[in-house]
Amino acid sequence: MSQNLKDLTSLSALTLGKMIKEKEISVKEAVSAQLDVIRQRDSAYHSYITILEEEAIARAAAVQKQLDAGELMDSPLAGVPMAVKDNICTRDIKTTCASKILYNFIPTYDATVIERLKKSGAVIIGKTNMDEFAMGSTTETSYFGDTKNPWNTAHVPGGSSGGSAAAVSAEEAFYALGSDTGGSIRQPASYCGVTGIKPTYGTVSRYGLIAYASSLDQIGPLGRNVSDCVAALEVISGHDAKDSTSVNTQSYSYLQALTEDVKGMRIGIPKGYFEAGLDAEVKESILNAAQVLKSKGATVEEFDLDAVDFAVSSYYVIACAEASSNLSRFDGVKYGYRTPHFDGLQDVYKNSRSEGFGNEVKHRMMIGAFVLSSGYYDAFYNKALKVRALINQGFQKAFEKYDIILGPTAPQTAPGLGESLSDPLKMYLSDIYTVSVNLSGLPAISLPCGVDKKGLPIGIQFIGKHFGEKDIIRAAYSLEQSIGYARPSLQSSATGKEV
Amino acid sequence: MKAYETVIGLEVHVELATKSKIFCSCTTQFGGDPNTHCCPVCTGMPGTLPVMNRQVVEYAIAAGLALDCTITQKCKFDRKNYFYPDLPKAYQVSQLYLPICRNGKVEIETSSGKKSIGIHEIHMEEDAGKLIHDPWEDCTLVDYNRCGVPLIEIVSEPDMRSAEEVVAYLEKLKLILQYLGVSDCKMQEGSLRADINLSVREVGAKEFGTRTEMKNMNSFKAIARAIEGERKRQIELIEFGKKVIQETRRWDDNKDTSFAMRSKEDAQDYRYFPEPDLPPIEISDAWLHEVKSRQPELRDEKMLRYEKEFDIPAYDAGIITGVKKLADLFEETVAFCHKPKEVSNWIMVETMRLLKDQEMEAEAITFTPSQLSKLILMVDNGKINRTVAKEVFEKIFMEHVDPEDYVEKHNLGMVSDDGLLRTTIEKIIEANPQSVADYKSGKTKAMGFIVGQTMKEMKGKADPGRINEIVKEIFDLNTLER
Repeated sequence: MSQNLKDLTSLSALTLGKMIKEKEISVKEAVSAQLDVIRQRDSAYHSYITILEEEAIARAAAVQKQLDAGELMDSPLAGVPMAVKDNICTRDIKTTCASKILYNFIPTYDATVIERLKKSGAVIIGKTNMDEFAMGSTTETSYFGDTKNPWNTAHVPGGSSGGSAAAVSAEEAFYALGSDTGGSIRQPASYCGVTGIKPTYGTVSRYGLIAYASSLDQIGPLGRNVSDCVAALEVISGHDAKDSTSVNTQSYSYLQALTEDVKGMRIGIPKGYFEAGLDAEVKESILNAAQVLKSKGATVEEFDLDAVDFAVSSYYVIACAEASSNLSRFDGVKYGYRTPHFDGLQDVYKNSRSEGFGNEVKHRMMIGAFVLSSGYYDAFYNKALKVRALINQGFQKAFEKYDIILGPTAPQTAPGLGESLSDPLKMYLSDIYTVSVNLSGLPAISLPCGVDKKGLPIGIQFIGKHFGEKDIIRAAYSLEQSIGYARPSLQSSATGKEV
Repeated sequence: MKAYETVIGLEVHVELATKSKIFCSCTTQFGGDPNTHCCPVCTGMPGTLPVMNRQVVEYAIAAGLALDCTITQKCKFDRKNYFYPDLPKAYQVSQLYLPICRNGKVEIETSSGKKSIGIHEIHMEEDAGKLIHDPWEDCTLVDYNRCGVPLIEIVSEPDMRSAEEVVAYLEKLKLILQYLGVSDCKMQEGSLRADINLSVREVGAKEFGTRTEMKNMNSFKAIARAIEGERKRQIELIEFGKKVIQETRRWDDNKDTSFAMRSKEDAQDYRYFPEPDLPPIEISDAWLHEVKSRQPELRDEKMLRYEKEFDIPAYDAGIITGVKKLADLFEETVAFCHKPKEVSNWIMVETMRLLKDQEMEAEAITFTPSQLSKLILMVDNGKINRTVAKEVFEKIFMEHVDPEDYVEKHNLGMVSDDGLLRTTIEKIIEANPQSVADYKSGKTKAMGFIVGQTMKEMKGKADPGRINEIVKEIFDLNTLER
């Protein structure tokens, strides 16, 4: 790999976008460089399920033509190669959800976010690996094999958007889209040392996102810095008539929030977040970051966040219930995997689903069907909804006093491959800091705030009030200015050497 | 045998007459080649989302108001989960917890008088597709055209006691819904489908018996037969000391009998839960008021108005308003020609006769109000006489001819030339001198004879009233002269 090429793909998305605008580099050169890097590295990390070589090259030419014609001048990311999680529908391009049951599914339409990306001149370079149907925290439940953490390939990248986080971290994409149902953008961003935003529920259209849990899912960006994420968020946000849960009343211009200014910002730290279960190094790193913000003029204080202890159980009941319904349509009748072994309709259903879904997905669908079944609905599902309401109230109360809430994204840094799936309960509990945000539909950002002794990145999370994206962006940007972005030592699979 | 009472409640599914489907913009048109009226949303493709058709809510509200229901101003949708190939999402979006209308009633009239039937609720939901079995290939195919067509389900209280009451209830519902314009209610096309919940109990018993649910009747007659059949079956079971099993049965109208489909034991658990993809529907007072203010006049009010405003006999008003098509035809024709009694007569006599001759339903009438009103005005203006008018009406009914063109083309117009009429009459009287004498001697028949002869000479195209006048004039003159 030439020195030049390596440097090029290490640039930020906005920098590359600017160079493309100023004709220092063509879109095709940028895309080719990115594809070269993927070819060299992806067998080491396996960030992608599908790499779109020909499509990306053709697309590069089309975007270049637009740029040469003076179009796309308001799109800072035009021509920049990016990646999309494989649960977001792309027309004529395989969209698998990392599941055998959709191994051959080719949507006939683009998700709204894809339409918006295309309109702004994005070049999609590939579809990234993930936990099957976004269920998991490690990207190990993918039917297509796991993804490795670019900081240390013996560790997981987190999940479920592990492929997107790894691709961005390993410089296999300038930025990426993920989806976040209970932390699936923020946690892998934290494990891979990149930045990820989970927007307020209703900010980004879910049309074309293959649903895991409809009332919690939200698409968001991952990038190597806050600014890239914010630029991507601005592209994908906005009201969509095709999504009835999308919100029409907000301003979605976020770039103006990129200012280093937290003077007078009121930051709350939930005491409960720092009790048992939190890794000491992570804790120290988070508190240091809080100190940095304090030194820049923010007020930081601890408080008790109500109902937070019940968030994980409530989350799993609600998410699994919705999933059990959302995933019922994968039945081998119309598309996707159909069992070759059947005698009658019931067999088609039973065998296609038994053979097509992996264990974690089956596990969650079983939980979901159970909590919704007659006689158990009130004891589980209804109770979970009540807890959800309490969590909402807890946050509401907190946001009367604070502009943002600060805490860790995950209780520890990336676990080793194979460690988590053997202890699923522990894996579920590690979602403690992220799931309540989805239950309340709040915006949150995770960005790197340090590296532990094992050399793995630590992520800090800022939670904002509904449509308070600008607050968390401002805090994250301010912190980033002091901490900076640490790069992993990246490998080339051909040599196994660092590059 | 003991005396038994039959207890019946109905679940009526009605396809709404919206142009587009409930959650997408596909057409709701009946028919069409298989899988041509669908899109990723109504075929439940992964990642797609529903968007509520506002018209569906308005139609449901309109139906609820007409059935005297309370409107649930914050209602929401739930998912009903089950696997079947005609249901591509594997759940039906319906309403369980907060249906849009509740606690209504409707008044029916049978041979034993008037009675009020309670409406438990009305909820909105989406229709499923259709399975088509191909006997040649021995395979089953799915047509998703009907998928996502909006439905309301009207659930009655178990207030009916006989097939007659059920049919009266259904006819009343059909009429109300047609008047509202919320559905065309065509049983043959499946836009009105009724499931019957039926149980029997000894007369005087307080508790209901075990009920069965009967599906698959596609006419009111089949419904009446199915009720009779099921009532007998249940009574026989009880008389033989057996138990009625709670189950769903399928009516086979050809075999005039029903078959068990599934019992309560293998009833599915639908795992209903709130539909997360659709926010709750808030029906503001203003919106409710707006729908209310747009409610059209329904049958009962219309009947009274016809009697009062147009002086139409109650019986005729009942017949005309009994079918929306006839009422529409009546009012539109009156609007053209302003001759309500004439219009009513044409509908009650000639139209009814032709419908009967042709074995047609009134809904199948295709001639236009303007054609009928032109005809009426031509009679009124003396352009044609009534005999000719009947002949022309048949042509209008069958072939939709324009009456003016037709009369002109076939030269059926009345001879309004008084001179010609007078000379013709004079000629006839001259040829029949005896008639004058007869008239003089008080035999008025003589006049009828001359009028008839004149009509014959004029090939029926004269105004018989005018002929009468002229004949009388001539006779009287002759009488004086002599």
